[in-house]
Amino acid sequence: MGEKQSVVVIGAGVVGSLIARELMKYNFSVTLIEREEDAGWGVTKANSAIIHGGYDDPPGTVRGEFAARGNELFTQYSEELGFEMKRIGSYVLAFSEEELPHLKELEERAEENGVPNCEIHGKDEILKRNPNVNPEVKAGFWCPTAGITEPWMVAIAGVENAVLNGMVFKPGETVTDIETVEGEGGTAIKGVRTDKGFYECDIVINAAGLYADKIAEMAGADCPELHPRKGEYILLDKKIGPVVTNVLFPVPTKVSKGVLVLPTVDGGILMGPTAEDLERDRKEDTATTADGLREVVQKTSDMVVDLPISETVKTFAGLRPESPQKDFTIGTTSVWGFVNAAAMRSPGLTAAPAIARHICTRVLAEDLNVPLKENPDFNPKLDPYPSLPEDDPSVWAEMVEKDERYGNVVCVCNKVTEAQVIEAIRRGARTIDGIKFRTRASFGRCQGGFCLPKLAQILADELNIPLNEVKQRSGETKLLTGRVRK
Amino acid sequence: MKTIKLDALVIGGGAGGMAVAVELTKSGCETILVEREESTGGVLNQCIHNGFGLHVFEEELTGPEYADRFRHQITEQAINIHSNQFVLRVDPDKREVITVGREGLTCYKPTALIMTTGARERPFSNLRIPGTRPAGIYTAGVAQRFVNLQNYLPGKRAFVLGSGDIGLIMSRRMTLEGMEVAGVAELMPHSGGLARNIVQCLDDYDIPLMLSTSVVEVRGRERLESITIMDFTPDIKPIPGTERDIDVDTLILSVGLLPQNELVEDFTQLDPVNKGLRVDSHQRTTHPWIFAAGNNVTVYDLVDFVTLEGIEAAKSAARMIKGEDLNCRKIPVERGQNVGAITPLEVCLDELPFKFYIRPTKNINKAKVSIGPGVANTVKLGAKPSEMIDIKITPKMKEKIRELDLNEIKVSIEEV
Repeated sequence: MGEKQSVVVIGAGVVGSLIARELMKYNFSVTLIEREEDAGWGVTKANSAIIHGGYDDPPGTVRGEFAARGNELFTQYSEELGFEMKRIGSYVLAFSEEELPHLKELEERAEENGVPNCEIHGKDEILKRNPNVNPEVKAGFWCPTAGITEPWMVAIAGVENAVLNGMVFKPGETVTDIETVEGEGGTAIKGVRTDKGFYECDIVINAAGLYADKIAEMAGADCPELHPRKGEYILLDKKIGPVVTNVLFPVPTKVSKGVLVLPTVDGGILMGPTAEDLERDRKEDTATTADGLREVVQKTSDMVVDLPISETVKTFAGLRPESPQKDFTIGTTSVWGFVNAAAMRSPGLTAAPAIARHICTRVLAEDLNVPLKENPDFNPKLDPYPSLPEDDPSVWAEMVEKDERYGNVVCVCNKVTEAQVIEAIRRGARTIDGIKFRTRASFGRCQGGFCLPKLAQILADELNIPLNEVKQRSGETKLLTGRVRK
Repeated sequence: MKTIKLDALVIGGGAGGMAVAVELTKSGCETILVEREESTGGVLNQCIHNGFGLHVFEEELTGPEYADRFRHQITEQAINIHSNQFVLRVDPDKREVITVGREGLTCYKPTALIMTTGARERPFSNLRIPGTRPAGIYTAGVAQRFVNLQNYLPGKRAFVLGSGDIGLIMSRRMTLEGMEVAGVAELMPHSGGLARNIVQCLDDYDIPLMLSTSVVEVRGRERLESITIMDFTPDIKPIPGTERDIDVDTLILSVGLLPQNELVEDFTQLDPVNKGLRVDSHQRTTHPWIFAAGNNVTVYDLVDFVTLEGIEAAKSAARMIKGEDLNCRKIPVERGQNVGAITPLEVCLDELPFKFYIRPTKNINKAKVSIGPGVANTVKLGAKPSEMIDIKITPKMKEKIRELDLNEIKVSIEEV
């Protein structure tokens, strides 16, 4: 077993997590380092959550190469890892005669990229599925294989499955240095230093999201400079119903795919994103802005009428790493063993499973000539998080029979039970957000108004810490500061 | 699944639900109250300040004391409380309610269903205030629960957005517990809370109340670090140049309560202004099986009003259960000038008295409340949005409505 090459993957976003899991299919010993306290909390957490069809990335780009394949793989990944994915299909909508030729172009590009069953639909078909689309709509480019998911669950499930297969996960550690050695063949990796320790390794996979350029710099390896592109979003309550049933894009501009309207996996309506390029040093700036939120409302109202903005449950902003070449940077670098999986702009989520495979079978096996020996013990399956369908009481009856804590509903908006919260903690949640992203507790219309104190108490009890040590998420985010006078 | 047939099922064991259950039992109806929490009382349990009960008991009680009065009656009359029961579904066609609890599922088949599900707090994110999403932002109710029931403080220096009563109460509470409260901002030109709370909770502790002011940005990546507040015109337009920053680690929200009716809103009508269930003067919703009372109809200022409306709902439900025909001619209520929330929204033309609860939309020194035209006029001094006006409609006034052959009843508040 001493033969095992050791790999450190930096970054437990959707890309890093799936790469780490993919590595566990072979003879590697893998450590995944993440600065946040959970997987999927960086770029992965705040984006449109779409599995893109893969029709629109220009042929010849790296992203074009991976998007369509990644999309295909998502069915298998969702079955293996138990996260939700719905292929609800997407439209690119044209609202004027001038925009119609663009739909034709997309149709041709879809053909070139090998995206199946795309076609152009007329107004009636579009309105039948999406009654609130602006009736001015002329036609739409339909891609049935596009889907939606919860991106953070892809990362969380990827990590959990990898851990079951022997991977070491180190959340809450920040990489401070990549040490290299000079040898005959050039520079090679010695190991990765973090604020908590040193990890000797042969190979480093750089999936550090917005900070991939900084990580590469630590190793003296090449990686394009990354700047954040901010996208602001508004999420509406699921109670408004399926006013939109497909992912709706406007005809894209040169800058972005535009401001979209789409349903979320659990039935809410998501509107956004804006696309604001920020300076390189603003990689933590996830603040929403008055202008950004206004733009989301205004642009989506051109496309979908009567969206009840008063039913907002959350506004948020996410950052996407953007490089000057507007494309992924995947592959070897000047430092032997230092591999980039960087600049994961859209459609990074979609491409992630395909990138994970590519890193193993192509970059490691061929480019670095590392022999891949299959791990016969690899188990691709992860038990899905238990879910209780709102409209099927019989499932509830069964679950309560098994464990009475399924009869204690903690989050009343999303109907999340004590049993599910405890399961989330048992499987790795250490914070309120950890519970929230795994179970949707406090994700609903009251945003924790009823359940936050209860979640905090369960977390304190399960982790055996005082209530005022409970944190919302990473960093100094304790909910409470002190005790009431005695 | 266990099935229970019964006269009346009450959903929600707060002030409204307890009053309904007690009254129904007094009328001889076999009643069960289901409550999702461990114990009845609802939000009263964490309201440890006084000021409850002036109308119902003619004395000042704390929230827990007020709730105890009803719990006492519940025990005395041996009323069935099924606590820790979460309602999964209300089926209006089969007229059944399915709940889940630790012991499994239960199906209730009541002759009448009374919804007393109260309200929830409007959360911060619903306001779409730009900025970061740090720890340290809580609704007043969450902060109140942390402080009063779990005995922990939310922060060191707080700002309160919204002048709802619970925000005012929490300003005082946090001050007494050693936190500093930098101020209370209210977007409207008038307070959302009762005058007595402004005096007793803010003035007494030198906490500034800033009317026509709101929070326009929050900052802090991990914990809240500072906020920006800004002045607004009376018609809610921001006044550029009035922005100023305040360093606080805690922001408490008291920006309104929203009636909770998700269980029944697919088959009952809500009123867009009240944001709650439309009821007639029998407290019956637009579905004949379902009655409602309390903050899920409209958000009341006083728990006493909730109790009184609960008693009315129980009386009507009891009549229905005993086979009386509640159907009669109903006259819709129209909002006239300066009328915001108002309930009921239909007047049943029988012989029974009832009360209108009316919220003025602005401060009026001398107001004439007119029901009609030509049914009743009352002069009210110092009408304000934070205090509902209650007007009793007598059988005699109903007679008048019949005489005048009105096909709508207009309620308006005029300045005189």
